[in-house]
Amino acid sequence: MPRPKLIRKVSNPPNFKGFKPIGGPENTHVVVMNYEEYEAIRLSDYELFGQMRASSQMGISRSTFARIYESARRKVALSFTQGLPIVFEGGKVYFDSEWYQCNDCGSLFNHHDRETLANECSLCCSKNIEQFSDESDDVSERNLKCK
Amino acid sequence: MKVAITSTGNSTDAVLDSRFGRCSWFIIYDTELKSTEFIPNPNIDSIEGAGIASARLIASKGAEKVISGEFGAKVKGVFDSLNIKLIVIKEENKTIKDIIKLFQK
Ligand SMILES: [Zn+2]
Repeated sequence: MPRPKLIRKVSNPPNFKGFKPIGGPENTHVVVMNYEEYEAIRLSDYELFGQMRASSQMGISRSTFARIYESARRKVALSFTQGLPIVFEGGKVYFDSEWYQCNDCGSLFNHHDRETLANECSLCCSKNIEQFSDESDDVSERNLKCK
Repeated sequence: MKVAITSTGNSTDAVLDSRFGRCSWFIIYDTELKSTEFIPNPNIDSIEGAGIASARLIASKGAEKVISGEFGAKVKGVFDSLNIKLIVIKEENKTIKDIIKLFQK
Protein backbone atom coordinates (compact mmCIF):
# COMPACT_ATOMS: atom_id res chain seq x y z
CA MET A 1 0.00 0.00 0.00
CA PRO A 2 1.42 3.44 -0.87
CA ARG A 3 1.98 5.80 1.98
CA PRO A 4 -0.57 8.67 1.98
CA LYS A 5 0.69 11.77 0.23
CA LEU A 6 2.16 14.46 2.43
CA ILE A 7 0.10 17.54 2.80
CA ARG A 8 2.35 20.52 2.32
CA LYS A 9 1.25 23.78 3.72
CA VAL A 10 1.17 26.98 1.76
CA SER A 11 0.01 29.79 4.00
CA ASN A 12 0.01 32.53 1.41
CA PRO A 13 -0.83 31.29 -2.05
CA PRO A 14 -0.09 33.92 -4.72
CA ASN A 15 -3.20 35.93 -5.65
CA PHE A 16 -2.03 36.24 -9.24
CA LYS A 17 -1.42 33.59 -11.88
CA GLY A 18 2.18 34.20 -12.88
CA PHE A 19 4.67 36.56 -14.53
CA LYS A 20 5.31 37.71 -18.09
CA PRO A 21 8.55 39.21 -19.41
CA ILE A 22 8.32 42.75 -20.81
CA GLY A 23 8.99 43.10 -24.54
CA GLY A 24 10.88 40.48 -26.54
CA PRO A 25 9.33 37.91 -28.84
CA GLU A 26 6.07 36.12 -28.05
CA ASN A 27 6.84 32.98 -26.12
CA THR A 28 5.31 29.63 -26.81
CA HIS A 29 6.95 28.03 -23.77
CA VAL A 30 6.22 28.75 -20.14
CA VAL A 31 7.88 27.75 -16.90
CA VAL A 32 5.37 26.00 -14.65
CA MET A 33 6.07 26.65 -11.01
CA ASN A 34 3.96 24.88 -8.39
CA TYR A 35 2.76 26.50 -5.19
CA GLU A 36 5.24 24.57 -3.08
CA GLU A 37 8.10 26.05 -5.07
CA TYR A 38 6.61 29.50 -4.82
CA GLU A 39 6.22 29.06 -1.07
CA ALA A 40 9.81 27.80 -0.68
CA ILE A 41 11.16 30.98 -2.30
CA ARG A 42 8.77 33.18 -0.35
CA LEU A 43 9.78 31.70 2.99
CA SER A 44 13.50 31.53 2.22
CA ASP A 45 14.19 34.72 0.30
CA TYR A 46 11.30 37.00 1.23
CA GLU A 47 10.59 36.09 4.86
CA LEU A 48 14.28 35.22 5.27
CA PHE A 49 13.53 32.14 7.35
CA GLY A 50 16.29 29.57 7.67
CA GLN A 51 15.71 26.21 6.01
CA MET A 52 14.82 24.64 9.35
CA ARG A 53 12.05 27.12 10.08
CA ALA A 54 10.84 27.24 6.48
CA SER A 55 10.60 23.46 6.25
CA SER A 56 8.70 23.16 9.52
CA GLN A 57 6.35 25.93 8.40
CA MET A 58 5.55 23.91 5.28
CA GLY A 59 5.26 20.73 7.32
CA ILE A 60 7.99 18.89 5.41
CA SER A 61 11.48 17.58 6.15
CA ARG A 62 14.53 19.74 5.54
CA SER A 63 15.78 17.54 2.73
CA THR A 64 12.42 17.78 0.97
CA PHE A 65 12.42 21.53 1.45
CA ALA A 66 15.94 21.79 0.01
CA ARG A 67 14.88 19.83 -3.06
CA ILE A 68 11.78 21.98 -3.67
CA TYR A 69 13.74 25.20 -3.10
CA GLU A 70 16.49 24.16 -5.55
CA SER A 71 13.92 23.33 -8.20
CA ALA A 72 12.21 26.70 -7.61
CA ARG A 73 15.47 28.65 -8.02
CA ARG A 74 16.31 26.86 -11.23
CA LYS A 75 12.91 27.75 -12.62
CA VAL A 76 13.33 31.41 -11.71
CA ALA A 77 16.78 31.40 -13.33
CA LEU A 78 15.43 29.76 -16.47
CA SER A 79 12.63 32.29 -16.72
CA PHE A 80 15.00 35.23 -16.19
CA THR A 81 17.66 34.22 -18.65
CA GLN A 82 15.37 32.91 -21.39
CA GLY A 83 12.66 35.52 -20.92
CA LEU A 84 10.01 32.86 -20.33
CA PRO A 85 6.73 33.52 -18.55
CA ILE A 86 6.15 31.79 -15.19
CA VAL A 87 2.77 30.18 -14.58
CA PHE A 88 1.78 29.05 -11.10
CA GLU A 89 0.15 25.69 -10.73
CA GLY A 90 -0.82 23.47 -7.84
CA GLY A 91 1.11 20.45 -6.67
CA LYS A 92 -0.25 18.34 -3.82
CA VAL A 93 -0.91 21.31 -1.62
CA TYR A 94 -3.66 22.22 0.76
CA PHE A 95 -3.83 25.82 1.75
CA ASP A 96 -3.21 26.41 5.40
CA SER A 97 -5.64 27.70 8.06
CA GLU A 98 -8.84 26.32 6.66
CA TRP A 99 -8.18 22.62 7.26
CA TYR A 100 -9.34 20.80 10.35
CA GLN A 101 -8.97 17.32 11.73
CA CYS A 102 -11.75 15.45 13.52
CA ASN A 103 -10.61 13.61 16.64
CA ASP A 104 -13.59 11.28 16.50
CA CYS A 105 -13.71 9.97 12.94
CA GLY A 106 -10.16 10.98 11.95
CA SER A 107 -11.17 12.79 8.77
CA LEU A 108 -9.69 16.04 7.53
CA PHE A 109 -12.05 18.67 6.22
CA ASN A 110 -11.89 22.23 4.98
CA HIS A 111 -13.86 25.26 6.00
CA HIS A 112 -14.53 27.94 3.41
CA ASP A 113 -15.09 30.99 5.54
CA ARG A 114 -11.67 32.12 6.71
CA GLU A 115 -13.25 34.70 9.01
CA THR A 116 -14.89 32.13 11.28
CA LEU A 117 -13.72 28.90 12.87
CA ALA A 118 -15.37 25.61 11.99
CA ASN A 119 -17.36 24.29 14.95
CA GLU A 120 -18.12 20.71 13.91
CA CYS A 121 -16.81 17.89 11.76
CA SER A 122 -18.09 18.01 8.17
CA LEU A 123 -18.52 14.23 8.24
CA CYS A 124 -19.66 13.04 11.68
CA CYS A 125 -20.70 16.40 13.24
CA SER A 126 -18.41 15.85 16.25
CA LYS A 127 -17.35 19.04 18.03
CA ASN A 128 -14.06 17.41 18.94
CA ILE A 129 -12.05 18.99 16.13
CA GLU A 130 -8.82 20.91 15.83
CA GLN A 131 -6.96 22.88 13.20
CA PHE A 132 -4.98 20.42 11.14
CA SER A 133 -1.24 20.06 11.44
CA ASP A 134 0.73 17.24 9.86
CA GLU A 135 3.84 16.92 12.00
CA SER A 136 3.39 13.17 12.28
CA ASP A 137 3.71 12.81 8.52
CA ASP A 138 6.89 14.80 8.57
CA VAL A 139 8.36 12.51 11.20
CA SER A 140 7.42 9.40 9.26
CA GLU A 141 9.08 10.83 6.18
CA ARG A 142 12.26 11.52 8.10
CA ASN A 143 12.22 7.99 9.49
CA LEU A 144 11.87 6.58 6.00
CA LYS A 145 14.85 8.57 4.84
CA CYS A 146 17.03 7.22 7.66
CA LYS A 147 16.36 3.59 6.83
CA MET B 1 -27.97 17.19 1.51
CA LYS B 2 -26.10 15.24 -1.15
CA VAL B 3 -22.56 13.99 -0.61
CA ALA B 4 -20.22 12.56 -3.25
CA ILE B 5 -17.87 9.74 -2.25
CA THR B 6 -15.13 8.24 -4.45
CA SER B 7 -15.46 4.47 -4.51
CA THR B 8 -13.52 1.50 -5.87
CA GLY B 9 -16.75 -0.35 -6.70
CA ASN B 10 -20.46 0.05 -7.32
CA SER B 11 -21.71 -1.17 -3.96
CA THR B 12 -21.59 0.26 -0.44
CA ASP B 13 -19.37 -2.71 0.53
CA ALA B 14 -16.62 -1.32 -1.72
CA VAL B 15 -13.80 0.69 -0.14
CA LEU B 16 -13.10 4.39 -0.59
CA ASP B 17 -11.05 5.15 -3.70
CA SER B 18 -8.16 7.32 -2.57
CA ARG B 19 -7.79 9.01 -5.96
CA PHE B 20 -10.27 11.76 -6.62
CA GLY B 21 -10.09 12.49 -10.36
CA ARG B 22 -9.38 8.92 -11.42
CA CYS B 23 -11.52 6.99 -8.98
CA SER B 24 -13.55 4.08 -10.36
CA TRP B 25 -16.99 5.21 -9.18
CA PHE B 26 -18.68 8.23 -7.70
CA ILE B 27 -21.37 7.53 -5.16
CA ILE B 28 -23.92 10.25 -4.57
CA TYR B 29 -25.42 9.74 -1.13
CA ASP B 30 -28.52 11.68 -0.10
CA THR B 31 -28.47 12.14 3.68
CA GLU B 32 -32.22 12.88 3.90
CA LEU B 33 -33.53 10.14 1.60
CA LYS B 34 -30.70 7.76 2.62
CA SER B 35 -30.43 6.86 -1.06
CA THR B 36 -27.32 6.08 -3.08
CA GLU B 37 -26.63 6.62 -6.76
CA PHE B 38 -23.61 4.99 -8.43
CA ILE B 39 -21.95 6.79 -11.33
CA PRO B 40 -19.02 5.21 -13.22
CA ASN B 41 -16.25 7.82 -13.55
CA PRO B 42 -16.19 8.87 -17.24
CA ASN B 43 -12.84 10.62 -16.73
CA ILE B 44 -10.88 7.62 -15.51
CA ASP B 45 -8.78 7.34 -18.69
CA SER B 46 -8.39 11.07 -19.41
CA ILE B 47 -4.80 12.08 -20.01
CA GLU B 48 -5.34 15.35 -18.24
CA GLY B 49 -8.09 17.36 -16.65
CA ALA B 50 -9.66 14.31 -14.96
CA GLY B 51 -9.88 16.15 -11.64
CA ILE B 52 -11.60 19.24 -13.01
CA ALA B 53 -14.03 17.22 -15.16
CA SER B 54 -14.88 15.06 -12.14
CA ALA B 55 -15.42 18.15 -10.00
CA ARG B 56 -17.91 19.49 -12.58
CA LEU B 57 -19.71 16.14 -12.67
CA ILE B 58 -20.10 16.16 -8.90
CA ALA B 59 -21.31 19.76 -8.91
CA SER B 60 -23.90 18.89 -11.58
CA LYS B 61 -25.29 16.23 -9.22
CA GLY B 62 -25.87 18.87 -6.56
CA ALA B 63 -23.42 17.48 -3.99
CA GLU B 64 -22.49 19.89 -1.18
CA LYS B 65 -19.63 17.81 0.18
CA VAL B 66 -17.16 15.42 -1.41
CA ILE B 67 -15.17 12.67 0.29
CA SER B 68 -11.97 11.15 -1.08
CA GLY B 69 -8.42 10.19 -0.07
CA GLU B 70 -6.72 13.24 -1.57
CA PHE B 71 -7.37 16.30 -3.73
CA GLY B 72 -4.93 18.22 -5.90
CA ALA B 73 -4.67 21.97 -5.46
CA LYS B 74 -6.35 22.73 -8.80
CA VAL B 75 -9.35 20.60 -7.95
CA LYS B 76 -9.51 22.10 -4.51
CA GLY B 77 -9.69 25.56 -6.08
CA VAL B 78 -12.58 24.46 -8.29
CA PHE B 79 -14.49 23.07 -5.31
CA ASP B 80 -13.79 26.22 -3.31
CA SER B 81 -15.27 28.35 -6.07
CA LEU B 82 -18.34 26.08 -6.20
CA ASN B 83 -18.63 26.24 -2.41
CA ILE B 84 -18.42 22.45 -2.13
CA LYS B 85 -16.72 21.21 1.02
CA LEU B 86 -13.92 18.66 0.95
CA ILE B 87 -13.43 15.78 3.37
CA VAL B 88 -10.24 13.72 3.28
CA ILE B 89 -10.12 10.24 4.78
CA LYS B 90 -6.59 8.92 4.99
CA GLU B 91 -7.48 5.64 6.64
CA GLU B 92 -7.09 2.85 4.08
CA ASN B 93 -9.73 0.22 3.34
CA LYS B 94 -12.61 2.18 4.79
CA THR B 95 -15.86 0.98 3.23
CA ILE B 96 -18.51 3.27 1.78
CA LYS B 97 -20.98 1.73 4.24
CA ASP B 98 -18.81 2.80 7.19
CA ILE B 99 -18.49 6.32 5.84
CA ILE B 100 -22.24 6.64 5.31
CA LYS B 101 -22.76 5.50 8.91
CA LEU B 102 -20.75 8.48 10.13
CA PHE B 103 -23.35 10.80 8.59
CA GLN B 104 -26.10 9.09 10.53
CA LYS B 105 -24.56 9.63 13.93
ZN1 LIG C 1 -15.68 13.55 12.40
